[in-house]
Amino acid sequence: MSKLSLIQAVNQALDHEMTQRPEMILLGEDIGKDGGVFRATDGLVEKFGEARVVDTPLSESGIVGAAIGMAAYGLRPVAEIQFMGFLYGAMEQLVSHAARLRARTRGRYTCPLVVRTPYGGGIHAPELHSESTEAFFIHTPGLKVVVPSTPAEAKGLLLSAIRDPDPVIFLEPAKIYRAIKEEVPDEEYLIPLGEARVVAEGSDVSLITWGAMLHPTLEAAAQMTAKGVQAEVIDLRTLSPLDTETLIQSVTKTGRAVIVHEAARTCGLGGEIAALLCERALLSLEAPILRVTGFDTPVPLPKNEKYYFPDCKEIVKAIETVVQF
Amino acid sequence: MSRKTLKNFSVSWLQVLNEAGEIDTTLCSETQQFTEKTLKSFYESMVLIRAIDEKALNLQRTGRMGTYASIRGQEAIQVGAAAALRPSDWFFPAFRATGLSVLRGTSIKTIYQYWSGDERGSVVPEDINDFPVSIPVGTHIPHAVGAAWAAKYKKDPIAILTTFGDGATSKGDFHEGMNFAGIFKLPVVFVCQNNQWAISVPVSRQTASATIAQKAIAYGFEGIQVDGNDVLGVYIAVKEALEKARRGDGPTLIECLTYRLSDHTTADDASRYRTAEEVAFWQKKDPMLRLKTHIEQHFAWTKADESALREEVDHRIAEAVKAFENTEALSPLEMFDTLFESLSPELLRQRAVLEKRLNEST
Repeated sequence: MSKLSLIQAVNQALDHEMTQRPEMILLGEDIGKDGGVFRATDGLVEKFGEARVVDTPLSESGIVGAAIGMAAYGLRPVAEIQFMGFLYGAMEQLVSHAARLRARTRGRYTCPLVVRTPYGGGIHAPELHSESTEAFFIHTPGLKVVVPSTPAEAKGLLLSAIRDPDPVIFLEPAKIYRAIKEEVPDEEYLIPLGEARVVAEGSDVSLITWGAMLHPTLEAAAQMTAKGVQAEVIDLRTLSPLDTETLIQSVTKTGRAVIVHEAARTCGLGGEIAALLCERALLSLEAPILRVTGFDTPVPLPKNEKYYFPDCKEIVKAIETVVQF
Repeated sequence: MSRKTLKNFSVSWLQVLNEAGEIDTTLCSETQQFTEKTLKSFYESMVLIRAIDEKALNLQRTGRMGTYASIRGQEAIQVGAAAALRPSDWFFPAFRATGLSVLRGTSIKTIYQYWSGDERGSVVPEDINDFPVSIPVGTHIPHAVGAAWAAKYKKDPIAILTTFGDGATSKGDFHEGMNFAGIFKLPVVFVCQNNQWAISVPVSRQTASATIAQKAIAYGFEGIQVDGNDVLGVYIAVKEALEKARRGDGPTLIECLTYRLSDHTTADDASRYRTAEEVAFWQKKDPMLRLKTHIEQHFAWTKADESALREEVDHRIAEAVKAFENTEALSPLEMFDTLFESLSPELLRQRAVLEKRLNEST
């Protein structure tokens, strides 16, 4: 056990898996000597050499496209894209190729690759460095989408993502790369993909969230406990495939749901979850399902970004609304 | 201070078999002299892949197949490249490489299945290192590069070949792939089938470069323009490039200058945008004519030989069509079964929905 930040846990997972798997390759921009712009790959080029930790040209589609060819050939590529806002350059590679390769060849070729990228706001970065557009990828059949919310979660989920036989988009919450530290086991452990985590049990309302938003959600839940409301907090961890059973079970028990995400509201995953709960848990519902989300605008530049993202206060308001409904 | 020329570049051209059917043997190395057997086998392959193409068009016209992209006029590239490749090499095609895929070992039936709208047409046999076609233009180029990278990393003594058209050279993925290949000196051969038309847009609207071959120079490796209607020139250029790649000396771009004698696909009408004169001009340069002329003049290829070959080819294709048309229908449930290694509960639920619907409708 050591007390690690989320970025250190990512580094430890990559280091661990690189040691285990000679067929694993890291590729991306500035991931070598520089150790990645957030230092996720710090020290890895020294340890594993330039053939395995590859500084690529500035070429997002080239990185993901080459990773597809590598994966089909039998390597296990883990690509880093510097920010989620730059992943769009590789959109065609992900949507038209990585996601479809296994299905279109009926399993003749597979595409076991991981694309890691920091997502989300709160780090006062320039334009297009605060994107939270996970819905693009959740909407694409054939991709898995994983978002860790704490250092220990990050390690166990990343190890599972690397070992997964299919393409995984691994979104790392940039806001909490260094904000929290927790005990992370030194040895390997796997957190299965597709399983949500019930972070806190409660009987009055289900709070459904993931990634960086888990933390203001937990804060809101704690405030509500003081007011006598027992909130159940669910960290989705894997956004695709969605752990529908855990969501339905929780809402069947609590009868109320608030979904919190920093992505824009329209066609965000929150809408999908609300539809799912209406279809499969309608008779348990005692209040409308509420969403606390970003607005349907581009993420503002740092001076105004705090007005965009959900915070504890907005989450508390939503909980009070559904509880008092 | 100064103002001076830093670099001068040149682009070479190769043609070994001219339109009159004459071979310039000085362009063939001692080990690359073409025997009667080789030349006849090249011709037989050309006849085969043209007949497969013609049958596909016929199947489409008679409503037995979907939209199809003809390879007519581009047979020399596909026969030459296929002959130069080894089975252990890998091949990443765009969608106008049906002949090359068949010559690599994909069955004619599989090709017809693909163009008839059956996913089993993208299932390349286990023992053939080929990818299925890429429908998005040029986006498969980085895959070839990635596979070449993996082969180099594993120290496998192989090369990767990818084909694409002149239109693909306008795409970003062409640039990104070529750039990676040059920087990491990867064992990959880029074969551009410059057929001068990307649907209705001529190559002059794809690039202001005098050749496509010269684009390689900017990525730090060799490019060569070959007469794409000359099977021997293509064979030599591709073979040299593959050997260079396998030796660890990096990538090559081979621009094969040819002409798309057909419409873009069966859904296109090329008479809307190009003249009959232009097509007639290129029909005279048909890659099959010059090779036939050569074997007639040098190896007493007779009308009887020709009809025996055609009969054999027709028989082979008829068998393939029969197999294609007698194939059991693809289960609709298959759309789920290989999406992931294991299906999520939600996908299993949706699969059950379709299964129920199918049971209700029977």
